[in-house]
Amino acid sequence: RPTIDRELLESLPNLKVIGNSGVGVDHLDLKMISNFGVKVTNTPHAVADPTADIGMALMLASARRLVEGCQIAVSPDTKYFAVDWLGVEVTRATLGIIGMGSIGYKVAQRARAFNMRILYHNRNRRRKEEEEAVGAHYCEKMEDLLQQSDFVMLVVNLTPETHKLIGKKELGLMKPTATLINISRGGVIDQDALVEALQNKVIRAAALDVTYPEPLPRDHPLLKLNNIIITPHIGTATVQAVRMMAEEAIANMLAVLNGQPIPSEV
Amino acid sequence: LWWHKPVIDQELLQSLPNLKVIANSGVGMDHLDLKLVASFGVKMANAPHAVSSSTADTGMALLLASARRLVEGYHIAISAGTEYWEADFLGVEVTGATLGIIGMGSIGYKIALRAKAFEMNILYHNRRRRKEQEEQAVGATYCEKIDNLLQQADFVMVVVSLTPQTHKLIGKREMELMKPTATLINISRGAVIDQEALVTALQTGVIRAAALDVTYPEPLPRDHTLLKLKNVIITPHLGIKTDKATYMITEEAVENILAALNGLPIPSEVL
Repeated sequence: RPTIDRELLESLPNLKVIGNSGVGVDHLDLKMISNFGVKVTNTPHAVADPTADIGMALMLASARRLVEGCQIAVSPDTKYFAVDWLGVEVTRATLGIIGMGSIGYKVAQRARAFNMRILYHNRNRRRKEEEEAVGAHYCEKMEDLLQQSDFVMLVVNLTPETHKLIGKKELGLMKPTATLINISRGGVIDQDALVEALQNKVIRAAALDVTYPEPLPRDHPLLKLNNIIITPHIGTATVQAVRMMAEEAIANMLAVLNGQPIPSEV
Repeated sequence: LWWHKPVIDQELLQSLPNLKVIANSGVGMDHLDLKLVASFGVKMANAPHAVSSSTADTGMALLLASARRLVEGYHIAISAGTEYWEADFLGVEVTGATLGIIGMGSIGYKIALRAKAFEMNILYHNRRRRKEQEEQAVGATYCEKIDNLLQQADFVMVVVSLTPQTHKLIGKREMELMKPTATLINISRGAVIDQEALVTALQTGVIRAAALDVTYPEPLPRDHTLLKLKNVIITPHLGIKTDKATYMITEEAVENILAALNGLPIPSEVL
């Protein structure tokens, strides 16, 4: 908010720049804004660490069944903790990262410390030194990544090319023991296909910080499944990140107004 | 798999005169009377190698879940009353924060390795100091006095074994030394923390939050105050509950048993 539409832009003839707080700009009509001669900036640096952290948090919470576990721990019906109630191992498992930009790379750095085997798929292959630093193997074909991964993490931005990138076919290629984690945008996953895949145990579980729309309608089937964790888009919801995003946005806007090089123009 | 059953007492040991070895599945031995068992000439072993990674992963899972308010967030995301996301629902940053590890054995060290990848500043307190190369490999700074660690840490993770010395190691005094913005995580044994002091500390904002994979007893009585507090996450002793860890623990226990029966040195004997 506010929605940046034609009406708003026409009413602000002196508008020079829109400083977006956050890195995703899929909610902005970039062509239209550009036609008004208005610049758009985002805050890629402030978001990368907390978003990578949320990706790791969701992967660990899903693998170890943390949310279910909390419910058992506090439930009035719990008399003892079942010993054969198990999650899946993260250490030494295979993580497939789809989208290896700054955030994806930071996820790889963190996952490496868990001795995870890291595969990645990206528009461009990273440099050899970058791959070696995190022990990541490039998968030119996304199918190869999907077939081998225990955890698949989506870290792309939402564009016409990535819209419904993960659909029925892709979910079908994943292992039935695999977990899908989405920290990019809801529109990257075909949500109806995901519901079906989770219901039929085509994949083990999913963990989503983002959906389409946000929030989901209260009667959406995703909210009723017990093999899914959904969080309310908290990728950058920390005290420190909010401040850093504001600082980065302001620095960008001042650069535009002062005619200086713009750090993060979109 | 059974939890702490059968109870290894005088009566059981007397009824099993040919018993050679008890192989524990897991690393903690606080539920066994070591002196009593030894007096019957029975050897004991645990399974330290199989548990360390899974337990370290649990520690990190709890740290991240608490910092980012994951469980609260989940409830908001699925709640019937939710109409939009509040912009001021905020957690605290993990990357670049200071982690204080109390107990730097194998599990504590694996936590340090993981935390380092999150660019955390790592302090540790241990009975004995680790070798310099080990400290450097994870960028950990030794705190001879636990107080120094408590005062500086944003996250305090307790990774000690339960002994008479570590019983109620973290009490009112220790919690008051912690920052009001700090989080306490326990993946060792419930009795290492003074639970009543913890309730007070959480209720009065002495610390920000706690995340406990272990309590005393397990489970807690259903009317226990800890179950009602908003700023605590409790998990049902998940530490090693994964498919792989269960398999590895069984392998390790069998290895110990076979060694004992064949009169060979026992890989993980507990004396």
